[in-house]
Amino acid sequence: MRYAAPETIEKACHLLASEQGLARVLAGGTDLLVQIKTDVLDPVLVVDIKHIAEVRSITNDAKGWHIGAAVTGAELKEHAALRAAWPGVVEAANLIGSTQVQGRATMGGNLCNGSPAADSVPALIAAGAMALIAGPNGRRELPVEDVMTGVRKLALTKGEIITGFRLPARPKHGGDAYLRFIPRTEMDIAVVGCGVALAIDDKGVCTAARMSLGAVAARPLLVADAANALVGTKVDASALDKLAAAASAACRPIDDKRGTKDFRIKVAGVLARRTAQFALDRAHGKTTQTH
Amino acid sequence: MAKHHVVTTVNGDPVEFLCESGETLLDVLRNQLNMTGTKEGCSTGDCGACSVTVDGRLVCSCLMLGVEAAGKKIGTIEGLASGDKLHPLQQKFLEHAALQCGVCTPGVLVAAKALLEKHPDPTETEVRYWLAGNLCRCTGYDKIIRAVMDAAKDMRSGRHAG
Repeated sequence: MRYAAPETIEKACHLLASEQGLARVLAGGTDLLVQIKTDVLDPVLVVDIKHIAEVRSITNDAKGWHIGAAVTGAELKEHAALRAAWPGVVEAANLIGSTQVQGRATMGGNLCNGSPAADSVPALIAAGAMALIAGPNGRRELPVEDVMTGVRKLALTKGEIITGFRLPARPKHGGDAYLRFIPRTEMDIAVVGCGVALAIDDKGVCTAARMSLGAVAARPLLVADAANALVGTKVDASALDKLAAAASAACRPIDDKRGTKDFRIKVAGVLARRTAQFALDRAHGKTTQTH
Repeated sequence: MAKHHVVTTVNGDPVEFLCESGETLLDVLRNQLNMTGTKEGCSTGDCGACSVTVDGRLVCSCLMLGVEAAGKKIGTIEGLASGDKLHPLQQKFLEHAALQCGVCTPGVLVAAKALLEKHPDPTETEVRYWLAGNLCRCTGYDKIIRAVMDAAKDMRSGRHAG
């Protein structure tokens, strides 16, 4: 295995594109190094992208936020303005692993690892995040929900890297949240995860909503039907019932050691309702803690 | 294949080493620098026995390549005591009998030190969550938590010069 640490995106893409054997991007390494050690992957080239400035920074302007793909969970948590704007995204990223893992793990890696249970992905999808992609043929953007195409499968071509995420500015009366079900309170992998982002007008009527579920299908899902059940309502009990029903209906889960199909389908509805309530409270300006 | 020549800092001392691309920081610390205080547990980032700090940030040294240490400031368990004088956390671990077999202990101490540098007055809940990635199969954790809380109290009151 060779290791390279280029200082530009172009150089990184070139290295990845011109390697004949298996090449992998190294960001935090909390999944990659485990996969190498357990012989799941045997790359001949690892390209460390952490020496590239743009993948390590968080910036914002009137249009929104840019979060570098290799910003760590700990750095996201310490960014007070980002936490205030998109608390659900930051909380979701902070649910991944231990304090030690948070010191290294990144949202770019969480997405590119390609797990259906990745915690930060449903939160990014709900927030309407775009994945920023660079490759040998230039740059492009994809909605985060279109990056994973299946378990461990990505819509990236050879030599392409996720450099970061673009999030909109937080709407005036907007709120987001991410909740997951696990049988304990930390250090676990989602049985079901749910992200909700919504906005309300001055009268408290929901004007826009997005909802995403994780760990209930081969990839994290954007569930438009569920979110649409909230739009035009005051997110009352009847709207939440419809949201929960649509969330459960969207699930295509598997049975595994973490949960059965039936359990996941039921929990998706329960979590959707709770997550929407947190997002609504935040849209009303309440400061709430989900975890 | 040529090895990487890495120049770094460990516990304040300048250090140079040669390593293969695939060698972890944990491998380098233990096998090349003979700093065996950092323990290998699971080697997959689950147990925290190999905890070190990198530029002040707590990480698992088993999940970081040695070559990534170039230009960083690494902190290990060997940097806690000054000479014969134990760090207050080490002293409190002895007083509270917060260890039995001792394999998790260096990682717990490094993690607890990183916590107290950031939050000198943590609640018990904060200590428990911060240390959730440090598994101990002997103590049942209570004594570890009490020792950390007690050390934090002493360090706040300046009772320890450490």
